[in-house]
Amino acid sequence: MIALPRPLYTAVKLTALAAAVAILAVLPRFMGEFRVGQFTFVGIYFIALLGLNILTGYSGQISLGHGAFMGIGAYVTAVLTLGRKGLVLFGHHPPSWIPLGDGMRPTLTIPIAFVVTGIVGLLFGMPALRLAGVSLALATFAVAVSLPTVAKRFDDVTGGGGGLSLPLPETPFGLHLSAPHWLYYEAWGCAAILFVVAWLLVRARVGRAWRSIRDGELAATASGVSPALYKTLAFGVSSAFAGVAGSLLAIQVAFVNPDTFPLSLSILLLASVVVGGLGSLSGVIVGALMLEFLPVYAQHPPLVGQSFSKQAPGVVFGVVLILIMFAVPAGVAGLLRRIVRPLTKPVPTVSD
Amino acid sequence: MAELLQQIVSGLASGAIYASLALALVLIYRSTDVINFAQGEMATFTTYTAWSLMHHGMSYWPAFALTLAIAFAGGVAVERVVIRPVERRPELVIVIVTIGLLLTINATIGWIWGADVKAFDSPFPNNTWDVHGVTISIQDVGTLGVCLFTVLLLWGFFRFTTVGLAMRAVAINPNASRLLAVRVGWMLALGWGLAAVLGAVAGMMAAPTVFLDPSMMLVILIYAFAAAVLGGIDSPVGAVVGGLTLGVLINLLSRYVDFVGTELRLPTALAVLLVVLIIRPQGLFGHRAVRRV
Repeated sequence: MIALPRPLYTAVKLTALAAAVAILAVLPRFMGEFRVGQFTFVGIYFIALLGLNILTGYSGQISLGHGAFMGIGAYVTAVLTLGRKGLVLFGHHPPSWIPLGDGMRPTLTIPIAFVVTGIVGLLFGMPALRLAGVSLALATFAVAVSLPTVAKRFDDVTGGGGGLSLPLPETPFGLHLSAPHWLYYEAWGCAAILFVVAWLLVRARVGRAWRSIRDGELAATASGVSPALYKTLAFGVSSAFAGVAGSLLAIQVAFVNPDTFPLSLSILLLASVVVGGLGSLSGVIVGALMLEFLPVYAQHPPLVGQSFSKQAPGVVFGVVLILIMFAVPAGVAGLLRRIVRPLTKPVPTVSD
Repeated sequence: MAELLQQIVSGLASGAIYASLALALVLIYRSTDVINFAQGEMATFTTYTAWSLMHHGMSYWPAFALTLAIAFAGGVAVERVVIRPVERRPELVIVIVTIGLLLTINATIGWIWGADVKAFDSPFPNNTWDVHGVTISIQDVGTLGVCLFTVLLLWGFFRFTTVGLAMRAVAINPNASRLLAVRVGWMLALGWGLAAVLGAVAGMMAAPTVFLDPSMMLVILIYAFAAAVLGGIDSPVGAVVGGLTLGVLINLLSRYVDFVGTELRLPTALAVLLVVLIIRPQGLFGHRAVRRV
């Protein structure tokens, strides 16, 4: 068996990462605008799945409401981009205590969406994480189902069922890029930043605390790790990530309404993160690609020459999810690791 | 006063539906230690089955009974085929499997029966009774009756039969039960079957008012979750009391508090869920989880 020493192992990983960055950077040159748009969505899903993987893969909690948290981020961006003037122009009357401003550049609302959704996540996580086990899954499930009704009820700010239309996206800062290309680089730029953030987090003290809670809550508590604190933190971070994804989604489609973020989105996000690989940051890209392209290919499979029902993607996702849990709980990333690990495993040194 | 009583009765009727589904969740939680997220979709599937039976000319009550039998067989089959392989794995894995089931069953319903809304017959006349000036809909009373009768039957089963005793033993201590020659695996499967029957009753009682569509039980499942948490997630009595309480509470709030109205009924259930988790995480009748560290 060939085994690589540790520095070389790191080098292999870094090379793979650099290659991925290079491919993503030049990809739009070889595609039409429609494809560029699809890959922008892949970037957006990538961010949401990164956040969800921190929560589910590293701290062992389940959220069935990440679609709803994306929705919160999207509404933050939509409302701030339009500003009070824009909302009034559409015939809405937002209450005066909400600080809305006079409209902002969409890109600048992304960090605000990050912060607002993160705070909402922290506040929500505190009670939801009190029961051991799946209480978070329960509570977030309820959030995902209720978000559309809440958005319709408070139509002074959210535009109700009709939603909010944003100005069509354009390239800011005088850059020489077409709008779809700008959106692509904007999404993947955010994805790159957040990937580094996630990577730093899971390698740090926080990440170790998360994994210890996931693998044995009792043992973690006995070692002085507070499960409530770290679980809430994980939920806050992962909602903030979802907020950024939602914000980018709002900018990309230039429209937000309550039905943009149905329960099914939340469930598919969870399914994708499991398929990609729980506890693997690089597996997230597989999940994101699947989330964007599987619905298309499950309905109209290539080489078969026959179209299936609109429900086909749901069935495929569900069955794949169950089979993955049966056979490879670590997902596609785990499968790859199982194949590659024997080749790249560091050689044990004498001091080990 | 008359209207208040009326609202309470109709609250009890919807509460009975929440209670049935909540009891199904509690049954599975007690035996398998997981929340079955697919419980609502399983109920929807059986309700569609009942619709198909009636659509092919069967009359209501035979179709009702046959559907319960199908639901029972389906529940047992789901446990044997899908849950058993992951039985001993971490909670997270089992929950994800039930979410996979939710997705699969929901999409399958859409595939078989289409996504459009269907009307579902009610076995009860569409009249009202007048009791001392209080108008009571027979539909409500019937729903309440059927649900409570099912619950009572189930209670009798657990209380007075040997199999029921064995099932309770398995929920409390599977290892000791195995030593006493109780077939633990089959008891778990039986629990899933009974939960599916409860779900089917809830589905068929709910369908005449909410109409039949592939995600009709999603909202009811949220109410059932809230009811189960309110009553105590490991307490069958709690599930029933929690369901009825929640039904009445939400009905009264949406009728008499303008802010809630009809639109914020569901978020109210979510609020109840969160408040219970903050103030009394073990619910009204549940046991506080004690762990040694």
